[in-house]
Amino acid sequence: MAAGTFAEKGADLELVGITKTFPGFTAIQSLDLFIPAGSFFALLGPSGCGKTTTLRLVAGLEEPTAGRIVIGGQDVTATKSFQRPVNTVFQSYALFPHMTVLENVAFGLRRRSIASPLEKAHEALRLVELDHLAARRPGQLSGGQQQRVALARAVVNRPALLLLDEPLGALDLKLRRQMQLELKDIQSEVGLTFLHVTHDQEEAMTMADTIAVMNKGEIEQMGAPEELYELPRTAFVANFLGQSNLFTGEVSGSTPDALTVAIAGQRLIIPTARAPRRKGTVTVGVRPEKLLLLTSAPAPSSGSNALGPGRVIDVSFSGVSTQYTVAIPGAGDVVVFAQNMVFGPVVHVGAEVWVSWNVEHGFGLEDSVEEAAAGVQDAAAAQSADADTRTGVTSSVRA
Amino acid sequence: MAFSAFASAPAAAEPAVRRRSWVALVLLLPGILYLLLFFITPLVSLVFTSFQQPVIGGDIGQYSAGFKWENYTESVTQYLPLILRAFGYAVLATVLALVISYPLAYFIGVKVRSFPLVQSLLLTLVIAPFFISFLLRTLAWKQIMSDEGPIVVALKALSVFPNDGHITGTPFAVVFGLTYNFIPFMTLPLYATLERLDVRYIEAGNDLYASPFTTFRKITVPLSLPGIVSGTLLTFIPAAGDYINASGDFLGSAQTSMVGNAIESNFLVTQNYPVAAALSIVLMAVILVIVGLYVRRAGTEDLV
Repeated sequence: MAAGTFAEKGADLELVGITKTFPGFTAIQSLDLFIPAGSFFALLGPSGCGKTTTLRLVAGLEEPTAGRIVIGGQDVTATKSFQRPVNTVFQSYALFPHMTVLENVAFGLRRRSIASPLEKAHEALRLVELDHLAARRPGQLSGGQQQRVALARAVVNRPALLLLDEPLGALDLKLRRQMQLELKDIQSEVGLTFLHVTHDQEEAMTMADTIAVMNKGEIEQMGAPEELYELPRTAFVANFLGQSNLFTGEVSGSTPDALTVAIAGQRLIIPTARAPRRKGTVTVGVRPEKLLLLTSAPAPSSGSNALGPGRVIDVSFSGVSTQYTVAIPGAGDVVVFAQNMVFGPVVHVGAEVWVSWNVEHGFGLEDSVEEAAAGVQDAAAAQSADADTRTGVTSSVRA
Repeated sequence: MAFSAFASAPAAAEPAVRRRSWVALVLLLPGILYLLLFFITPLVSLVFTSFQQPVIGGDIGQYSAGFKWENYTESVTQYLPLILRAFGYAVLATVLALVISYPLAYFIGVKVRSFPLVQSLLLTLVIAPFFISFLLRTLAWKQIMSDEGPIVVALKALSVFPNDGHITGTPFAVVFGLTYNFIPFMTLPLYATLERLDVRYIEAGNDLYASPFTTFRKITVPLSLPGIVSGTLLTFIPAAGDYINASGDFLGSAQTSMVGNAIESNFLVTQNYPVAAALSIVLMAVILVIVGLYVRRAGTEDLV
């Protein structure tokens, strides 16, 4: 980037066939990705899925084993980190401990000989509402304040591409919410391209225009948050991004508009447009909050699917909603989220129930049966790893 | 445990401050006694000696208590060139040791960080010379650099060195010897700081458009300043008072004598104790002033 000038606006990022192998394992397997200028893009995945490595490759902190990295139409694969029009907000913040907050923020400006660096640094600190702490050292700030300084230090350079490496991970829930909104504001205000890496699906869905879900060094599915949530293509996405009830069965009939799948002796209808696999054994699913819990067998209707009867084996109350687990012979355990429209649970453990849902809400997976099983396992492993860290936090608070 | 969080902080802190810790005093006692006996006493004795005057008609080396402050002016005027030379050589040796040690310590502490075995092996190599006596090592260098030694012979054979050239006895040999002997004192503190250097700061520097050189200058060096300061002090202080390397018996000659050699000969050869004591105190005072200014200038207390 030319010295003394800012990037005019955000730039496209294109990864072409990126592969990164470390001794002993492959972190990323021929990854192709295009992020349009000015968008807020999230790479979502469990730890160890290669998302941070992808970010480091774009920042120039790692060299790809194969493939090309193109930023704003320029191939930057061979350039060093300091030559790229990219800035990173590091997970650890990495604020220089021997400099004041102000000097930290002005660091990048000074390196590029941009006029009046201190004024611009003050401006950036005002943006994150920390100008009054400009003379402090990073060590004297709280975690949330350090995070905002790290953000100011990156944004002040007006990089064509801003990389965020789980920058909100260390913040508590309330501050994280606030920072999510602030980040989004800053992004739309300055019009930069943001590439955000996170393992927090809620964060990704709140902030990003486009999400790419990564697993084992590959992108499983990419799209707008609503699209990914409502129409997951793989079992991993269906279970990593929220929860899903998945059923496996044979396609027993099809019309141009809908497929019929035989599951547990009953026939489920899936719109053809929402089912990429249309023959043989397929996996179909539905989100738990789309299910209705019925205490009597529903009348057959072309507009809805029904499964049952089954027994309620678990009821857990969580305030806004109640989660029921229903064991249906032949279909496995089905999870239902029901809004608490009345006081307390509607049915109790042991009750005989049916579940039904609107045909439009069902989806089919692209995965084969084996792939689907593996994806469900991966997602469960990712979630339990996540839960481990969470219980770790709570138990330390209790201690 | 959990309830301590609700207690107000001052209430919790006060009893700890008021409580007399006898254990701490008892534990400190051996150290305090040791310092009194082996540091304060000789120091006071040295100050008294430096003001002594010769006994009229007495033997050589016989002095009586007095207040002969001329000992200071005389010794400083007489030995000023040696004092200056000592500090010149010490500064040169310290700078050379830093230039040699920094890359070495950086390599061991940062580059091979992920290979602990290599790291320990290299550290052992740095310390290995300590297993051999300081005197023996210096004598060995004298052999290597002597007029009949391999270096001089080879240089003469290549005609890059005049036929009457020497290495031993030159300032080069003395500075070389000082640098060589004190390199471990420079490398180890540098290693200790660089080993803990968080490479993410370097990555952040690169990310913020700083070239590798600028990152080194603006981030690596300031962050390793504590190691640089302690390493240079551990090298400079003993080097300034050293009398082995500069002595004619080892790598030096009469032309390379340092203030340490003057002190040694006054104490042990001419038995002029007051002058030797005065020189020792002058040396100590100058070192204290230089170190004080240096530490203040380096501003290591600013580092978190």
